[in-house]
Amino acid sequence: MISIKNVKKIYSSKSGNVMAVDNVNIEIKDGEIFGVIGYSGAGKSTLIRMLNGLELPTEGTVTVADKIVSKIKGSELRKARQEISMIFQHFNLLWSRTVRENIAFPLEIAGIGKSQRMKRVDELIKLVGLEGREDSYPSQLSGGQKQRVGIARALANNPKVLLCDEATSALDPQTTDSILELLVDINKRLGLTIVLITHEMHVIRKICHRVAVMEGGKVVELGPVLDVFKNPQEEITKRFVQQVTEPEETKETIEHLLEHIPNGKVIQLGFVGEAAEQPLITNLIRNFNVTVNILQGKISQTQNGSYGTLFIHLDGADDEITKAIDYIHSQQVGVEVMTNA
Amino acid sequence: MLNGLFPNVKWDKMWEATVETLYMTGVSVVATFILGLILGLLLFLTAKGNIWENAFVNKIISSIVNIFRSIPFIILIVLLIPFTKSIMGTMIGENAALPALIIGSAPFYARMVEIGLREIDKGVIEAAKSMGAKTSTIIWKVLLPESMPALISGITVTAIALVGYTAMAGVIGAGGLGNLAYLEGFQRSRNDVVLMATIIILIIVFILQFIGDVITNKLDKR
Repeated sequence: MISIKNVKKIYSSKSGNVMAVDNVNIEIKDGEIFGVIGYSGAGKSTLIRMLNGLELPTEGTVTVADKIVSKIKGSELRKARQEISMIFQHFNLLWSRTVRENIAFPLEIAGIGKSQRMKRVDELIKLVGLEGREDSYPSQLSGGQKQRVGIARALANNPKVLLCDEATSALDPQTTDSILELLVDINKRLGLTIVLITHEMHVIRKICHRVAVMEGGKVVELGPVLDVFKNPQEEITKRFVQQVTEPEETKETIEHLLEHIPNGKVIQLGFVGEAAEQPLITNLIRNFNVTVNILQGKISQTQNGSYGTLFIHLDGADDEITKAIDYIHSQQVGVEVMTNA
Repeated sequence: MLNGLFPNVKWDKMWEATVETLYMTGVSVVATFILGLILGLLLFLTAKGNIWENAFVNKIISSIVNIFRSIPFIILIVLLIPFTKSIMGTMIGENAALPALIIGSAPFYARMVEIGLREIDKGVIEAAKSMGAKTSTIIWKVLLPESMPALISGITVTAIALVGYTAMAGVIGAGGLGNLAYLEGFQRSRNDVVLMATIIILIIVFILQFIGDVITNKLDKR
């Protein structure tokens, strides 16, 4: 559906050239929810804007739905953009238009007649759950409702691809989840390919099938979300994964324990899929002469399976602890011995 | 009672002058609105980072606007005498004031249009582009509606300035309340005529401001 090949984007300014996107190659499948995560300035915003031609690559080609977006111009590009919709962090609704009129806007652009337009708008209002707010102005809506208008507007011309530019970054956690659920629902019902950029790993975990991690304009890691959670390679990826698996308080608790318990080891276990279903702790206590103290645990759901982390404290003779850790390894559970950094 | 307070005011002449002032203001407001919108849109669209980015065109329009905005109106009228004569065929009467009124106020309004357009959220324009909108669609369906309250309050301010300009134009023979106040009032030391003309001008200004405020509030859904 989407193919990004050897894409580079260089911004030249008086103070020198800035490589915003550096040799990026990504293939996105039909019907996939693909996430790009990175901190601000990583180039993800530039990358997503190249998918609908709002930015042009300096080098390389971008193909979306069989159209070479990086090459086509004028009316051909405008026509292609009707199949590649976009939603925005700040919603970008027209304040001078009601909900109904905002959703009708892309249909007006596509030159659809009034009666058909009104019919389609009613369908979309139902799809995003905004019944009863048709005649409100954006200023009368909450953030979540505004993004629903944005989504309805983006879906109006039956696009093949939906681009989400930090679509939930301005929303509170609860509203974020309801918007993410709506996106998954749309993806399943309409088979729409979704590309989203974000700086929140929570968003990736919740809805994406695959993820690319961007840093300094480069894609430093790319793979199925569960694999990336299970086995993050790069330092930056580990930091993003920690956003979800390891809240700040856990870190403090562990630091505190490491200081106050000189004996034994604090271990982080990572469970993926079936490994989570074995009675690992029971086996540990029965087979090894160690005491196990559970400190904190968490299970996160992703689109392709669940992922759990558990922090335990192992105490006993050194060789018993080593054997216990070897056993955990043999059970295909991720082990990391925590040290005081 | 009015005749007692204003013994020298000839009401039929006063009414005639009021109509002339309203006519000059009305025609020049409409022309200024259209011309100012075009100039303001050009200034905005050719600015850096915009749809028709063009530093050269932007510089030229910007210079013309600045020059005509800086010339004091009374001097502009005098400078425009040959131009007015060639297109209007006369220097006397309310029609003769129109070129100077429009040329004097359109650049002023163009700047206000530009400011209004600049206040539109760039994201909204980007959203329209991402939907495949043509530039003409962006102008008619995004730029103008989204800046309408600013455009209306801007034309209100301009219209009020134009009422003042018509009075100035009147002094050099363009008719209207300014002409009447100067010739019939000031020159003949009839202060009541000057006062009455001033009162009528004030009423016109208040009404214009009121209409402008009502429309602006009605349009603004932010």
